[in-house]
Amino acid sequence: MHEMSLCESILQTLEQQAAVQHYSKVKTVWLEIGALAGVEIEALRFSFELVVKNSLADQARLEIIDIPGQAWCLPCAKNVVVQQLYDECPLCGSHQLQINGGDQMRIKELEVE
Amino acid sequence: MCGICGCGEGLTHSHDEQHEHDHSHDHHHHDHDHSHGAEHAHAPGLTQARMVQIEQDILAKNNRYADENRHYFSQRGMLALNLVSSPGSGKTTLLTETISRLKEEYAIGVIEGDQQTARDADRIRATGVPALQINTGKGCHLDAHRVGHALESLNLPNHSLLFIENVGNLVCPSAFDLGEAHKVVILSVTEGEDKPIKYPDMFHAADLMILNKTDLLPYLDFDSAECIRYAKQVNPRIKVLSLSAKTGEGMESWLKWLRAELELQRIEYA
Repeated sequence: MHEMSLCESILQTLEQQAAVQHYSKVKTVWLEIGALAGVEIEALRFSFELVVKNSLADQARLEIIDIPGQAWCLPCAKNVVVQQLYDECPLCGSHQLQINGGDQMRIKELEVE
Repeated sequence: MCGICGCGEGLTHSHDEQHEHDHSHDHHHHDHDHSHGAEHAHAPGLTQARMVQIEQDILAKNNRYADENRHYFSQRGMLALNLVSSPGSGKTTLLTETISRLKEEYAIGVIEGDQQTARDADRIRATGVPALQINTGKGCHLDAHRVGHALESLNLPNHSLLFIENVGNLVCPSAFDLGEAHKVVILSVTEGEDKPIKYPDMFHAADLMILNKTDLLPYLDFDSAECIRYAKQVNPRIKVLSLSAKTGEGMESWLKWLRAELELQRIEYA
């Protein structure tokens, strides 16, 4: 979804941080993308390449750190791994799940000069 | 200049950044010439490439504006609802019908998001309440920044009811917090009961689901119970109301919910 605006948001952060952290070129960007964040990685890569053209991150490498989906199962009272928001608990089959991980999309770190 | 974000300041800000850029470029040149002037930060023997920790949510900027909007609403005791659905679910008809039933009791305002045209805002204004159209152009969703500006223009009185009718899209608006009290997802019975699991992000993000156009049920194979089961599968906490904005059937429960939520906004917490 809206991968283009996510990339524009990433570029804004890179530009803002350039002044704060004193760099003029971004060579690599590490992103943490949760399995439940609703981000299509291929679309993100495609948009990123376009959005950063002629910016301080032109031709920067995009590294994705996958974060698995995680939910708290109320009946089991423990954390379980889920692939989708509509998944049932793999242990007890309940849908009483509270997502508590894998829905993030974060800029983790950068390689800069 | 805008009171919420100080947009005017943004220009001077990026100007400063430009200066920083010039500086570091100069610095580069020196280094290349050969690290004579290494009295600056770079220690000899280290490559120029280095790691920088950012640890920032990609949507951090939107979330900051959303917090500003939330603050705005709570200070004024306003109830803001973010109405989301696919195109054609009957959002605007539901709104005009709701407004005509509540406008004597409450001050109401509407922010309309669409890619193009002011048709929806025109329909709302015909009911006699203020409406502001935001055309997102290429965009597929409203963001908190644009809503913040719309709030300034609308300038609604305290204890108002604000409907934000998002762009018809069951995907993108789910990720963008506008500062609303609740996302309300509207699904019409002509759409197919498996929408909640086909577009789980939106149904997961919503607190209330409205099953609209129930007057058409006799002509369709739509299985309401199954649809509600799917919605609860994605979001066990979601509440569901069935209604027909056209015939008025079920509208009373929706109005009851709105009145109760409006009443909650009047509580002054310590």
